Amino acid sequence: MEETQTAFQIHLQDNVATALMPVGPGSVVILGDTVVGGLTATADIPEGHKVALRDIKAGEDILKYGVVIGRATADIPAGSWVHLPVMGSLYDKRSSHLDAATGAPKDICYE
Amino acid sequence: MEQKTLCWQGYARQNGRKGIRNRVLVIYTVKCAEFVAQKIVAEVAHLDVELVGFDGCTDNQYAVNLLISLIRHPNIGAVLTVGLGCEYIQPEWLAAIAAQEGKPAHWLFIQNEGGTEPSAAGGVAWIYDALRELESTPRITMTMKDLVIGAECGGSDYTSGLAGNVVVGRFFDKLVDEGGTAIFEEIIEAIGLDWFLTGRAATPQARAEIQYTYDKALKYCQEVRQYSVSPGNFAGGLSTIEEKSMGAVIKSGSRPVQGVIKVAVPPAKAGLWLLDSTPDPYWMQFGITNPNDNEGLMALISCGAHIVFLVTGRGNVVGSAVSPCIKITGNEKTFARMVGDMDFDASPVLKGECSQEELAMRLAELAAKVASGVPTKSEMSGHREFFIPYKYQEKEVAFKRACEE
Repeated sequence: MEETQTAFQIHLQDNVATALMPVGPGSVVILGDTVVGGLTATADIPEGHKVALRDIKAGEDILKYGVVIGRATADIPAGSWVHLPVMGSLYDKRSSHLDAATGAPKDICYE
Repeated sequence: MEQKTLCWQGYARQNGRKGIRNRVLVIYTVKCAEFVAQKIVAEVAHLDVELVGFDGCTDNQYAVNLLISLIRHPNIGAVLTVGLGCEYIQPEWLAAIAAQEGKPAHWLFIQNEGGTEPSAAGGVAWIYDALRELESTPRITMTMKDLVIGAECGGSDYTSGLAGNVVVGRFFDKLVDEGGTAIFEEIIEAIGLDWFLTGRAATPQARAEIQYTYDKALKYCQEVRQYSVSPGNFAGGLSTIEEKSMGAVIKSGSRPVQGVIKVAVPPAKAGLWLLDSTPDPYWMQFGITNPNDNEGLMALISCGAHIVFLVTGRGNVVGSAVSPCIKITGNEKTFARMVGDMDFDASPVLKGECSQEELAMRLAELAAKVASGVPTKSEMSGHREFFIPYKYQEKEVAFKRACEE
């Protein structure tokens, strides 16, 4: 039997949770301070990365710890992966240019 | 609350503070004296005898302040200072400060004693006398309200922001509610969160101090082109600097921030305090912020922390001179792999096996146990690291003068 997929919500107001293991499409149990209980992941979400707990519209705040940690730059459906480039920092404009998987900068020329 | 029942016997100091250890601190005042000081500590080979020192021959106010704060630290019962004989830092003056604190104190110059062997023999003989004298240090009951605890994180992974730092924050709330003192640092890792911290300022003065310190840290980051976020953080799942910062700042809990303290300046009263360990302007080139975890631990201890927490998702092995270090991880694999080094496993909360509240209570119980004299993993294995660099820092939080506007 496959291990139950889990993610952790840190604050009741949050609209994202953190994957506690590599998560694939399918059901995910949400632990922590949550009323969500569970959801269906629609994509691969690496361990330590975020999954949307509900539909988030472009321009909406991303909440983790009950605090704004960035803003959605595209519509983010519930169950999908929340990371660059569908969200960005309100402070650090450069990070939106980084590669989503590796974090490597793409705005510097290496010839 | 339940922690009120947590009490233990500490050591009464002349200045009114209470210690949880009763140690002999051997201090070398220049690299040239390090070997002899090390030899003295090694020959005595006693759990309560440990070494710190400053390597430079040219002195530095920051380093001298730091050494003095360790001499005055309530965990220290006696002090031996070991100099070569021609350096700037004065072992005699440091020993005099220890004596003023009512602590057995002694100093020597290696050049005067006749070199390595006579200096080491003299130092060892003095320490045996000091250890006998320390046996009669008066004991006094301590509770959570008497404790000063500092926290920092290093070697973080995603569990640090979900469990390790969170449990420290919850515990700090309890500690502050009990009348104790909590210190957090790493303003450099609070970029994007000035509003969050100033919103928790206890007074308008505290608010101004936090804003000034934040602005200084941001300017420092810009000048040295070193921000506390890297491609590895993004690859690990952090999407913004705000997210990373919040994962670090969460260890401050939720209580009001009383103000900003500088290295080697203990808080004026109980409550939650932000420690600024970053260099001050003008000499900014004089040191890099956060060069390693032990610098941060040393800075917290210099402000009077009896115990320091090091939250590390990936794991670490270090301890510290003067104050016991409790190492906390939210990663169960790290805890299992490094069980000989890690003191506290915060991962049960991630598996839904306990609540944040229960986990914070377990941490409070561990802190009380360590305060009562039970050694931490790093104390048991002999880790007593220290790090005292050259740095420039004002003693008080500075504000921009009119001529700088």
